[in-house]
Amino acid sequence: MKIIVLMKQVANKDAILRINKEATWIEEADLSFEVSESDGYALEEALRVKEKLGGEVVVCSMGPQRVKSVIKDALARGADRAIHVVGDNLGHLSPYATASALADAIRDEKPDLILTGLQSDDYGYGQTGVILAELLGLPHATIVIEVDASGEKLRVKRELESGWYQWYSMATPALLTIQSGISQIRYATLKGIMAAKKKEVKEVTPAAEIVGRPSHQRISKVYLPQKSKQTQLLGNGDAKAGAVELAQKLHTEARVI
Amino acid sequence: MSNGILVFIEHRNGVLNRTSLEALAGAQLLGSALQESITAVVLGSDVAALAQEIASYDLAKVINATNANLADYTPDGYTDAMEHVVKQLDPQLVLMPHTYLVRDFAPKLAARFGKSLISDCIRAEVAEGSTTFTRRIFLGKLDADVVSDGEAPVFATFQSGAYRPDQAQKGSGAAVEEMTVEVGEIRMTPEDPFQEVKQAVDLSKADIIVAVGRGIKSKDNLALAEKLAEALGADLAASRPICDAEWLPIDRQIGSSGQTVAPKLYVALGISGAIQHLVGMKNSGTIVAINKDPEAPIFDIADYGIVGDLFEAVPVLTEEIKKIKAGA
Repeated sequence: MKIIVLMKQVANKDAILRINKEATWIEEADLSFEVSESDGYALEEALRVKEKLGGEVVVCSMGPQRVKSVIKDALARGADRAIHVVGDNLGHLSPYATASALADAIRDEKPDLILTGLQSDDYGYGQTGVILAELLGLPHATIVIEVDASGEKLRVKRELESGWYQWYSMATPALLTIQSGISQIRYATLKGIMAAKKKEVKEVTPAAEIVGRPSHQRISKVYLPQKSKQTQLLGNGDAKAGAVELAQKLHTEARVI
Repeated sequence: MSNGILVFIEHRNGVLNRTSLEALAGAQLLGSALQESITAVVLGSDVAALAQEIASYDLAKVINATNANLADYTPDGYTDAMEHVVKQLDPQLVLMPHTYLVRDFAPKLAARFGKSLISDCIRAEVAEGSTTFTRRIFLGKLDADVVSDGEAPVFATFQSGAYRPDQAQKGSGAAVEEMTVEVGEIRMTPEDPFQEVKQAVDLSKADIIVAVGRGIKSKDNLALAEKLAEALGADLAASRPICDAEWLPIDRQIGSSGQTVAPKLYVALGISGAIQHLVGMKNSGTIVAINKDPEAPIFDIADYGIVGDLFEAVPVLTEEIKKIKAGA
C-alpha cells in the first residue's frame, strides 16, 4: 500500500507570537517551527498501516527550505522518501490553492491512501485535505481516530461531537484527515536518523498560475483577541504570593470555597 | 445577479442541531445589515417536519431538499445536494454552523465553486455594504479579520457560540419549498453512530473541576493536581493533549470532542485555552487560570489568573485552601 502523508510546518506552540508591522500576519523571522500536531499523528498512523500491510510511506510538505526539518524528522521516524513543494510565501495561499498545488505534486504518485492532520495549528482552516480529495476525485473521511486498512474496503472510525463515533467504509484510493491522539507517536531512533540521510527528497515547484491566482479570502488585519472578561491577575509575577491571594479571593470574593 | 443568504440547517434523523440556530441568528443579523433575504435549507429523505419547524423563524423561505440518498449523512451526498441548491438559488452568502458534520463536507462544496470556506468565524460585521469575518488563528492566540474579494457565493461557517440560538428571531411563517435534488454515486457507507460504553465519569454534574493541560509536563506531576482537587473536593479533568498521551483516561477530557461542563469553579492548570477546550468549559461560574504564558487565550475568559509557574503556585494554593477549609 502506498501512503502519502501531508505534513505542515507551523510556528512552535510555545513561541511568543509578534504581529508584523502591517498587522497582516506574524513576524516569522527568529521564530521556531515544528510540525502541526495532528499531521504528526497522520504520519504515525501511516507508519503503522505500512508495518501491518507493507508498502511505502511518502511524506509531502510545502513551504520554504526550513520545511526540510519536518521532512527530515519524518524520514527519521520511518517515512521512505519525501516530496517537497518548494516556495516562499506559500503559507498565505488559500486552502483551495494549497490543495491545488499539492494535487499537482502527488497526482502521478497514484497513492492508495492519503493521510493528513484534521487542521493546522496556525490558520486552522481544516479544509486542505478535503479539497484535495475533491480535486483528485477521491472519497474522504475527516476527524478519523481509527483506521482498519486490512479488509477489502477501508474502514475508518470517525469522531462526531460530544463523545459519539461512527464507522465508515469506502474503497481505496481515499483521503483521511487524522485526529490528534489516534495512537502514541514514536520517537526517531539514532538508526532512523542515520538512515534518513540517504533517503530521497524530491523538490517540486508549484505552477505559477496557482501561486499567482487571486485568493477568495484575504486577511485584512491580525490582532490580539478582545477580552470577554476582566481578569484579575494575582501575584504580580510571584506565583506563590498569587496562590495565597487566590485562595482568599475564592473564599471571600467569589465564595466558591 | 446573485442575491440573498442561504443558511444550512443541520439535523440528525430529523432532530435539529441547535448550533444551526446560531448560524441562523448570524444570517438574520447579516441579512438586515446587508438588506438581503434569507433562505434556510434542510437536506434529507423525509424531514418535512423539520422544514416546518424552521419555517417558524423570520425567513423568506425554507427549502426542503430531498433525495432518498440523503437519509444518512455522507459527504458525497450532502455535497451534491448542496451544490444543486446553491446553483438553483445563486446566493451572495452561504452560511453554516462549524460543526464536525459541516467540516466534513463544506470544503468539498466550496471546492466545487473553485474556492475555500471562510471557516470557523467568531463574528461577522458589515460596514459600507461589505462583510468582514473574524476568525481565531494560532489556536486562539490571535484574531484575523478576513474579507472576501471573489465572486459570489461566499461560503462561511460560524463557530459554536459565535451567536446564541435564542437570538434567532421567529417570524410569521415562511413558505416551505420542496426541491428534489440530484445526488450522484455515494462512495462511502456509514454505520450507525454510537457512544463508547466506557464513559464512566460524568463531569457535567461536577461542582468544582481542576483541569490540567500540557503545562503539567509529565504524568508524575499529576499528583500535584490531584492534591489540589482533593483539597477542593473537585473532580480532575484534562485538555485533549493529556488524554491523547494517556496520562488521564478519555472520559476526563473537556472540550468539543469530550465533555461540556459548567461547574461553579473551574481551575485550569497549564492549559493554554485552545478553542476546542474553551467551548467545553467557558460557561463555568468562576474560572481560574494558572499558566506561565501571559498571552495564553485561557486568560481571556478567566476571572482570576496567575501568570507564573504552576509548580510553585499549586502546592501553596492547596495548603491555603486546606487552611481556609479547616477554619470554616
